Amino acid sequence: MTDLQDLYQELILDHGRRPRNFRRLQDANRTAEGYNPLCGDKVKIFVQMDGDVVKDISFEGSGCAISTASASIMTETLKGKTRAEAEALFETFHDLVTGQKAKLDASDLGKLEVFSGVSEFPIRVKCATLSWHTLRSALNGNGEPVSTE
Amino acid sequence: MKATSEVLADRAADAVSFDVQAIREDFPILRQEVHGKPLIYLDNAATSQKPASVLEATTRYYSSDNSNIHRGVHVLSQRATEQYEEARVKSQRFINAAGSEEIIFTRGTTEAINLVANSFGRSRVAAGDEVLITTMEHHSNIVPWQILCEEKGARLRVAPINDEGELILEEFEKLLNERTRIVSLVHISNALGTINPLRRVIESAHRVGAAVMVDGAQAAPHTRINVQELDCDFYAFSGHKVYGPTGIGVLYGKARLLDAMPPYQGGGDMISSVTFEKTTYNTLPYKFEAGTPNIAGTIGLGAAIDYVNQLGLEKMAAHEHELLTYGAELLTGIPGLRLIGTAKEKAAVLSFVLEGVHPHDVGTILDREGIAIRTGHHCTMPLMDRFGIPATSRASLAFYNTKEEIDVLVAGIHKVKEVFSA
Repeated sequence: MTDLQDLYQELILDHGRRPRNFRRLQDANRTAEGYNPLCGDKVKIFVQMDGDVVKDISFEGSGCAISTASASIMTETLKGKTRAEAEALFETFHDLVTGQKAKLDASDLGKLEVFSGVSEFPIRVKCATLSWHTLRSALNGNGEPVSTE
Repeated sequence: MKATSEVLADRAADAVSFDVQAIREDFPILRQEVHGKPLIYLDNAATSQKPASVLEATTRYYSSDNSNIHRGVHVLSQRATEQYEEARVKSQRFINAAGSEEIIFTRGTTEAINLVANSFGRSRVAAGDEVLITTMEHHSNIVPWQILCEEKGARLRVAPINDEGELILEEFEKLLNERTRIVSLVHISNALGTINPLRRVIESAHRVGAAVMVDGAQAAPHTRINVQELDCDFYAFSGHKVYGPTGIGVLYGKARLLDAMPPYQGGGDMISSVTFEKTTYNTLPYKFEAGTPNIAGTIGLGAAIDYVNQLGLEKMAAHEHELLTYGAELLTGIPGLRLIGTAKEKAAVLSFVLEGVHPHDVGTILDREGIAIRTGHHCTMPLMDRFGIPATSRASLAFYNTKEEIDVLVAGIHKVKEVFSA
């Protein structure tokens, strides 16, 4: 049961049940949709960029506890961050959930660290990273729908 | 809930007619632990497990008879050809086709449907014509027809289902008209377990002159198929869902239709003579079997059919039905759980949603209990939309499953609820 408890930490369950920033952002100037055909998870990310800074960010969609909590905590974390900081966080987050501890600099992860248990469940990595991939597409501005497959 | 004594009596009666524990010995894969718990395999609608006799048949072919078929004069080729063609006759008898030339070996149900859409469909469907399917189709019985309709300027129509997951026959019949060229539908739904009333559907379709293709992927392992009695024009099933190997399937077609159809793929074995000016095609069934086929898989399918015949499909189905009734009753008793697919005529599929928990999370937690189920849209996204859900958790049963395993599933679902405080 230990690895299950590591995966479904209280913070993840909480954000999965009551996602933050779960709404359409009227003033968004960047959006993208992400999709996981394997399980049917869908997410739409809305970003309002002010110059190089994420002024506001929100999401809509449906998914499992891991993907919903990941999107929720991502939006909380990224408010006020620059684009470069967001990119760097994604890199670190990706190393965390794929278990690449050697490369990991967890110092800046904050709440995102609750996703460390995902590395024991390789099949769930896509759930945790869907919103991040979608964010990247939104920031790159190509607006192409993202698919995990 | 039944009283314990009743449950025990049921089990005793069960044990006399159908010795599940002995049968499980035939399946080497079931003797293992997953995450330190005995494996409970409830993902049979995705693929079924293989008895030792099937594994032995394919190994025997590779270790003592391996060679190409229909072309060598040497003894190995003769042996391989014999076994390959024996499997065709076994398949013919398995679904009671009139002749073995009506049995075309394919990679599986998907390829069989694509063959019909490409060969029969392209020669029969024109602009303004219609192809009729149902809401409960697997993507493999939607997309080939979409491609065909797009190419031909034809219209793909979809017959609706009710909240129980049953085809609404009156609506289906209203959609039939003189432009309907092909009706293609599933015999047993993979996501819901619904058994479709094929006899009536086929009769109605024939009345307007439409040909009927049946996707029998889920039916072959669970029910006796009689294509002559059904009077369907095409019927397809997959080896791997009927306890045989992957990569082998069967397309049945009425000889008269297959004869008139153009080839699907060109290559070796499907010709009788080739010059650069003109090629004459081989006779049935070889016209539709271009290239070296999956010989080992075909022989394995033959062994799987032998196994099913030996055990008795009716007995297997009766045991599965008992498990289904038992499981449906227990699952329905779990607060917050809703079964998706509650048709009166139903095969051994328990598809469900759990309030407040996504199926993917259900699947991960059950996996830690050693229980393998499928979670997701089951390649039936339009069907999920019909029920307004993104996905379900699906436990699909086979004759080697037991009531004890269903008890563990139920305990596992309670554990899921505990983790999520749902």
